[in-house]
Amino acid sequence: MPYSYCEHVSDIGIRAEGPDLKSAFNEGVSAMLNVMFDTSTIGEGEVREILAEAPEIETLFVEVLNEVLSIQGLDELAFKRIETFEIERTAGGFRYSGIAFGEKFDRTRHGVRTEVKGATYSGLKYNHGANGTHALECVLDV
Amino acid sequence: MRIEVKKISDFVWEIPRTGDMLVPGRIYADEETIAPLVKEAASGKPGGLTPALVQVANVATLPGIQVASIAMADIHPGYGFAIGGVAAFDAEKGVVSVAGVGFDINCGVRVLKTPLTRNEIEPVKEALANQLFRDVPSGVGSTGEIRLKESEIDELLVKGSPFIVERGYGLPEDLEYTEGGGCIKGADPRNVSSRAKQRQFKQVGTLGSGNHYLEVQYIEEIYDLVAAGIYGLSKGQVVISIHCGSRALGHQIGTDYLKTLEAASRKYGIPIRDRELVCAPITSTEGKKYISAVNAGMNCAFANRQAIAHLARGAFASVTGVRPESVRMLYDVAHNTCKFETHTVNGVEKKVLIHRKGATRAFGPGREEVPEAYRSVGHPLLVGGTMGTASYILRGTEKGMIECFGSTVHGAGRSLSRVQSKRQWRGAELLKELAEKGIIIRSGSMSGLAEEAPGAYKDVDRVVEIMHRAGVNRKVARLRPMVCVKG
Repeated sequence: MPYSYCEHVSDIGIRAEGPDLKSAFNEGVSAMLNVMFDTSTIGEGEVREILAEAPEIETLFVEVLNEVLSIQGLDELAFKRIETFEIERTAGGFRYSGIAFGEKFDRTRHGVRTEVKGATYSGLKYNHGANGTHALECVLDV
Repeated sequence: MRIEVKKISDFVWEIPRTGDMLVPGRIYADEETIAPLVKEAASGKPGGLTPALVQVANVATLPGIQVASIAMADIHPGYGFAIGGVAAFDAEKGVVSVAGVGFDINCGVRVLKTPLTRNEIEPVKEALANQLFRDVPSGVGSTGEIRLKESEIDELLVKGSPFIVERGYGLPEDLEYTEGGGCIKGADPRNVSSRAKQRQFKQVGTLGSGNHYLEVQYIEEIYDLVAAGIYGLSKGQVVISIHCGSRALGHQIGTDYLKTLEAASRKYGIPIRDRELVCAPITSTEGKKYISAVNAGMNCAFANRQAIAHLARGAFASVTGVRPESVRMLYDVAHNTCKFETHTVNGVEKKVLIHRKGATRAFGPGREEVPEAYRSVGHPLLVGGTMGTASYILRGTEKGMIECFGSTVHGAGRSLSRVQSKRQWRGAELLKELAEKGIIIRSGSMSGLAEEAPGAYKDVDRVVEIMHRAGVNRKVARLRPMVCVKG
C-alpha cells in the first residue's frame, strides 16, 4: 500500500511510501486528502500550483500538506491529488514545486469525511530505506 | 520510555522531577485511568507518536514553567502538549508554544438557557433539529451568510464578539457572559496573514466539522442547588450548547506560526526535547507576534460562537414560538488558549502566560474576571460530552485556582482513535442506536459521525468525578442531549 494510516488516539497519523521522494510526497498528499474526502468523487477541472520551502525534507512535507490545505480552503476547492514536479536543494534547505488537481468544492457531490485542521510536527519522520524506498510520516490534526 | 508516577492522593499523581525537568508533572486521574497511561508510556507506541505522560514530562523542561506541568483527567496524547495539558510560564522568562494552543485556537463551549422544559420540547424535537441544521451552517468547508471585507475582518479580530453584536447578531448582555467579554486585548491583525483572513471571511457563523457540534440538551440532574440557582438553571430545563472554535483562521495562524516558531526555537537555542514543542521566548519578537495572533484568533472564535448563538436563537424561537430574547446566555468559555493571567504562585501574586490545551478556564469565587452575578460561586465551566452521553456544568473552587491555575477538563477525552472508531461503528447504525435513546442527529457526514461515536470517548462521568473529588471544581448540573447537529 503506497499510503496507510497509523493509530493515534486523538488525531490521524499518515504514512506514505514511494520508490522516489516525489512519489512519496504524492502519496502523502493523497493520504491527507482521503481523510477529508472520498477522492474518487472529485474531478480534476481545477489546477493550482503548490510551492513550499523548508530546511529539511521532514518539515518540507508538513509545509506541502499545509500549503495544500490553505489553497484548498482559500479557493474553496476539493483536491483529488498532487503531482510533484521537483524537490530541489537550496542554500537554506529544500524547495518544492507541484500541481494540485481538483474542482470547486460541492458538498452535495463530494464524499465529505472530516476536516483536517493542519499537518503537525508530531510523529514526523523521513526514511530513505536500504531497499531504495522513501517513506514519510506525520500526524494530522483533525 | 518508562515514566515513574507517584500517587499523591486518590485523584492526583506526580511525575517526580528528574533530569532536565524544571518542575514535576501532575496528573488528575484515578487508579483505573492512570494505569493505561503508564502502560502506553512504557510501550512507546509504534510510529514514533509520543505518549501523553512523556508529553507532560517534556513540557516540564520548557524554560520559565511554573509549579508543575499539569494534566487534567481527560488527558490523552496530543502533539507536543498532551490534550488536557495546562502549563503556566513566567511572563518575562518563559516561552510560548504553538503546541500549547493547537490549530483550533479558542475552541470552546457556549451554553444558552431556554425558558422551556424537556416535556415542552419533546413534541417539536424533530422540527427543531431540522431548523437548526438548516440555519446553522456546518460541515467541512461550510460557509455562512455573514460576509466580511478584509478591513472588517481586521476589526473583528481586534473587537471580537462586540463587533458581531454591534451588527445585530445577539444581545449586549451576551458579552457580559462571555469569557473576557468576548474581546481579548492585544490582538494585532497585522500579525495574522492575509491568507488566514481570506480563509475566514466566509466562515463567520459556521460550526465546522469533526468534534464540533450544536446540541439541544435538558438538565437531568442538579448537584449544587445554590450554584444552579445563581446560574438560573433548574431540573428539566432545556439548554443549547455550542462547541466550536476559530475555524480556518485559527488553523492558518497555527500553520503560519508553526513555521515561525520552529525557526525561533533554533534561533534562541531553546532546549526542546521534541520537535513538536516548537516555542519562542514570550518577550521575543516572534513570541509577541504569535501571542497577538492568538488573541486575534480568540476574538474570531468568540465572534463565531456569538454569530452561531444568534442563528440558534432564531431557529429555536421560530420552532417553539418563544421570543428570541428569552433564550439567554449562561456562559461562553474557551479551552484551547494561551493567556496572560495573574495567579498566586508559591504564595506570591504573579503574571503568567497560561497555556490551556484542551483545558477549560475555571475561575472560582471572588475573581474579578467572573461576571458579577456569578462572582460568589465562580463562573460556569462547560464540559462537553459526546453525542449519546452527558455534558456537565461545573464551577471552580479556591483549590482549583491554586492547584490548576484555575483550569479544568474540557470533555470526555478520546480513548479510541478515529480509525479504530470507524472500524467499530457505522454512521447509519449509530444514528439508529441514538434515535432509540431519543437523540436526534443531523450531520452532513456519516463517516465523520462514526469517528465521533460515544464509545470512542472516555467516560465523561468518571472524568468529571475525578476533578470533583480532587476538589478542584464542583459539579453543578448534568445535561443529556436531545438533538445534536454535527459537522
